[in-house]
Amino acid sequence: MKQSKWHIESNACIAEKVWKMVLRGDTTGIVPGQFVEIAVPGYYLRRPISVSDVEGDRLTIIYKTVGKGTAVMAQMQAGEELDILSCLGNGYDLTKAEDEVLLIGGGVGVPPLIYLAKQLRAQGKRVQAVIGFNTKNEVFAEDDFREMGCDVTVCTMDGSYGQRGVVTDAIELPAPFYYACGPLPMFRAIAQTVGTNGQMSMEERMGCGVGICVGCSIETKSGIQRVCKEGPVFNAEEIVW
Amino acid sequence: MVVKLGDIELKNPVIPASGTCGFGQEMSEWLDLNCLGAIATKGTTREARYGNPVPRIAECGATGMLNAVGLQNPGVEEVIRHEMPALRRLYRGPIIANVSGFNIEEYAYVCERMDKETDAAILEVNISCPNVHNGGMAFGTSPEAAAEVTRAVKAVTTKPVFMKLSPNVTDITAIARACVEAGADGLCLINTILGMRIDLRRRQPVLANRYGGYSGPGVFPIALRMVNQVHQACPDTPIIGCGGVSSAEDVIEMIMAGASAVEIGAAGLRNPKACQQIIEDLPNVMQDLHIAHLRDIIGIV
Repeated sequence: MKQSKWHIESNACIAEKVWKMVLRGDTTGIVPGQFVEIAVPGYYLRRPISVSDVEGDRLTIIYKTVGKGTAVMAQMQAGEELDILSCLGNGYDLTKAEDEVLLIGGGVGVPPLIYLAKQLRAQGKRVQAVIGFNTKNEVFAEDDFREMGCDVTVCTMDGSYGQRGVVTDAIELPAPFYYACGPLPMFRAIAQTVGTNGQMSMEERMGCGVGICVGCSIETKSGIQRVCKEGPVFNAEEIVW
Repeated sequence: MVVKLGDIELKNPVIPASGTCGFGQEMSEWLDLNCLGAIATKGTTREARYGNPVPRIAECGATGMLNAVGLQNPGVEEVIRHEMPALRRLYRGPIIANVSGFNIEEYAYVCERMDKETDAAILEVNISCPNVHNGGMAFGTSPEAAAEVTRAVKAVTTKPVFMKLSPNVTDITAIARACVEAGADGLCLINTILGMRIDLRRRQPVLANRYGGYSGPGVFPIALRMVNQVHQACPDTPIIGCGGVSSAEDVIEMIMAGASAVEIGAAGLRNPKACQQIIEDLPNVMQDLHIAHLRDIIGIV
């Protein structure tokens, strides 16, 4: 855990209710799958947001305005300062990736897979990304994956963009080792149809984000685990449905 | 900055509250534990507990948060075998072992086990957890039950016993008096205030447990009032003041209300270095207010 001040370089809406913020500060030690905790002025608990990219001293986060706290974040301007805890959580285990890997993302679960894809591509892996959204207006990150040389499939529930249906409809079986991030129903569907040869990044309401309040503990097959500390990334086979 | 809790000397009055610092391991990664006046460890029961289902955290705007963790802990044997020795390797100061239970026998059992634990300087007996059924707060809302737990615990330990009181009562002084008359060496107050938040879209409580304990700056005036009332009711009993303390000024205010030391809870969840920051700020605030010794201002109002 590192606590430091960051400066907002840009903050822009990139899809319906989805914002991309680029921050400058101390990025050392941040790995794919980790998250940051942002102190939002006027709100008591920090907002846990996944790391979407790191480049030099730039940190990119992509967040959805789901409540008042994130709405305040969306109003913030370039030049403003934020107090952030970084290097939180375990991150994805890249050593599990074989020559070919599958990334599965749903909605605002897609952002951490962008930084992950970048590192996997840097290792020379063939990366297939299957990303799902409700509707066309909510789609983002397609170009990010394409520019990195990933094979991308976009799904929308209503068929307004890409392939109609959910991500599991678009995954060819048998699938290679996967890394997934998204809502719980998506994880359930993946476990049922694709199997458990992969890692999933879980979400839970957190108090501290640093492992001391145990507010986000879940029961897994390997015992009680804190989503913020032992997670947020878990081997799919560990998760109790 | 030295204060005393009975015969136990603390080099400063700042204590991370039980349940907001685990057993110190994580906290030692970002602050020097040895700066702390004491450490209050996670509430410990006889058996290991997972606690309540998630979600068990809810925010309350700028004023604080609800938690309904429900006493997740590894159980007293594991705490004695691993957690306490590990904490002792990192921390030389007084350890306040927080103990909880679901019946009188369990409180007595856990305290008896902790009595043999040389690393525990004080037993803090939680009769005020609002997040478990058939236990915790049930003992802290009636003077008779609070006294009964106090007597049972005092019978099995020679360590100082501080009873942690619930604010969810009509008259906290009645509970405080009952504990002191039953032999409590000190009191710690307040635990969290029972609260609720509702998810408007889901039309459901945010917390899976429905209700949870409210803590943070919003409870500070209530905690302060209760510490003051209890100090007036039991002037010879040392009090650990707890509830919404977020700054060195709040520490001074709590001591002026009647506390001998102060626990910091929610503030340390928003700002993991809160305790260290408050300790660093305290000498300047004392100087500014012409306070030579904290003991001079205990209950001064």
